[in-house]
Amino acid sequence: MSILINKDTRVITQGMTGKVGQFHTFHCKQYANGANCFVAGVNPKKVGEQFEGIPVYATVRDAKEATGATVSVIYVPPSGAAAAIDEAVEAELDLVICITEGIPVHDMLKTRYKMQGRRTLLIGPNCPGLITPDEIKIGIMPGHIHKKGRIGVVSRSGTLTYEAVGQLTALGYGQSSCVGIGGDPINGLKHIDVMKLFNDDPETDAVIMVGEIGGSDEEECARWIKANMKKPVVGFIAGVTAPEGKRMGHAGAIISGGQGGANEKLAVMEECGIHITRNPAEMGRTMQKVLKG
Amino acid sequence: MKIHEYQGKEILREFGVPTPRGVACFSVEEAVAAAQKLGGNVWVVKAQIHAGGRGKGGGVKVAKSPDEVRRFAGQILGMQLVTHQTGPEGQKVRRLLIEEGAQIVKEFYVGMVVDRGSQRVALLASSEGGMEIEEVAKHSPEKIRTVRIDPVAGLTEAEAAQTARAIGIPDAASGGAVKVLQGLYRAFVEKDAMLAEINPLVLTADNRVLALDAKFNFDSNALYRHPEIVALRDLDEEDPAEIEASKFELSYIQLDGDIGCLVNGAGLAMATMDIIKLYGGNPANFLDVGGGASKEKVTEAFKLMLKNPHLKAILVNIFGGIMKCDVIAEGVVAAAREVHLAVPLVVRLEGTNVELGKKILAESGLPIISGNDMADAAQKVVAAAKGAK
Repeated sequence: MSILINKDTRVITQGMTGKVGQFHTFHCKQYANGANCFVAGVNPKKVGEQFEGIPVYATVRDAKEATGATVSVIYVPPSGAAAAIDEAVEAELDLVICITEGIPVHDMLKTRYKMQGRRTLLIGPNCPGLITPDEIKIGIMPGHIHKKGRIGVVSRSGTLTYEAVGQLTALGYGQSSCVGIGGDPINGLKHIDVMKLFNDDPETDAVIMVGEIGGSDEEECARWIKANMKKPVVGFIAGVTAPEGKRMGHAGAIISGGQGGANEKLAVMEECGIHITRNPAEMGRTMQKVLKG
Repeated sequence: MKIHEYQGKEILREFGVPTPRGVACFSVEEAVAAAQKLGGNVWVVKAQIHAGGRGKGGGVKVAKSPDEVRRFAGQILGMQLVTHQTGPEGQKVRRLLIEEGAQIVKEFYVGMVVDRGSQRVALLASSEGGMEIEEVAKHSPEKIRTVRIDPVAGLTEAEAAQTARAIGIPDAASGGAVKVLQGLYRAFVEKDAMLAEINPLVLTADNRVLALDAKFNFDSNALYRHPEIVALRDLDEEDPAEIEASKFELSYIQLDGDIGCLVNGAGLAMATMDIIKLYGGNPANFLDVGGGASKEKVTEAFKLMLKNPHLKAILVNIFGGIMKCDVIAEGVVAAAREVHLAVPLVVRLEGTNVELGKKILAESGLPIISGNDMADAAQKVVAAAKGAK
């Protein structure tokens, strides 16, 4: 088992025919069961065409009805990406993964408001996507660094997630699922939501949680872990050296008004029983120590 | 993106929020002429820089005659204004706002932020005008009233009136306060702001409510649909290195250390700074080259880092996913040659085509130090920087 997606998931790609969409759809289709998983693309101007043998439909609803797909991934440019999420929500998909970086915050505020009470879950935006190794990869992460196994990974960053995964794989620890929740201030699933899924997944033994400065999602997740989590969690927070008031690349990575600093997050996490490391090169070894007791 | 107070007040007036009358000036003569044009017998001479805390730093003065306007304008224009937000070197004042004086009875705070927790726009209001809201939040949080605004209904008249009453605005001025709060909300949403503050909002002797200050910060991801905001950008207020970086779509922030970092991805870039510090070094910058770094981008990134006179060594840390390590290695070699790199360079590559990338570096003939993993690379660059001292 795994969380959110597996080899039987069927995926619609919104923005498949653009340059970025084509590139990543090609690589996702190559990975594990991808050839069977990626069943539809959406572009109202290219209905009836194909890319890599994947048919293009006019709308998400059309694509869902024709293929039975329940998940979509979005590579649509920023100005249209929030509307693309809205369309997937309207079509009542189970899960939408939005890779797009640079969506205006006010667009996301409106989209999140419209999602209240709807069935669809959102991952991202501004995220690398998610992967269940040896089954399915939805997103832009390099598939080959992953290995099937029993460690869950959840992170707000892209390449720092690869770093954590790379360390685990090098030590022989595979992953059950790896979820990049994205670096934007207004997003879908948060650390806590993914942590709950890992807690309930019988094939996940432990979790690496990677956070960064800005907001208070990590603290909220840490408090939930203290009260509820049955599995060990290893944590790292990027940005102890980040200055206040500067946006560090990600739109959501900013310390403002003395809030959201890395040391404060690490202190709460440690207090809540998370095995923290302050060294990003030690995420894998910290997990190894925890598992070997 | 930040703007000046006088520009913020123009936006507020556009949305029906009253402010004192004022004129932006670039010289002492303009300032005196502006005071005469405004009339009256009290004027406020205000330094226009993007940082807050201008009054305490001596950048805001009340003048009681045109001669005083001339004297204060002369003192403030061109000064290095130091506030708690500028850093010790301060910020040079190049613009002034000359405003008519106001008869202030009481000061309040109102602000709008994007609240991450509730995923709503939040209105913050307080009776403690003129103080920083962070300080109020720390010492007397009960004095802050927060309204999380429904995006469909907007800020309703009832919510605005209740907020005004809660912070102590008298009922006689309630109509004016409602207009201010609703105007501020509309400006915040329609202009894609991330932060807007009126501090202080003042009550005058004749029960008018005026914005005595205006602070805005706009969402850089939404500027494509606001050319009128982009036109307000003042490059004098920004770090020259960060302006240069933005031309090449590099995300760059100058820090005060001596080890340059070139990394792909924001999280890994922060983690790289952190690990340098952990091993006893000091990062000179944050630099995220993004997902699709070309040879040109890498070269520009090197040039940016090398403009820093304190730079003693460079660490390149790449986890190649989409970005192939051989392409990055070629970019690094070409860039190092083009800029005649004279400081030690440590490169750590991981991910797609890593062996090929390492081979390109090794065969380049350049004195590149190879890092096996993130820890090894960080230790090597810290040692190299210390050796260079």
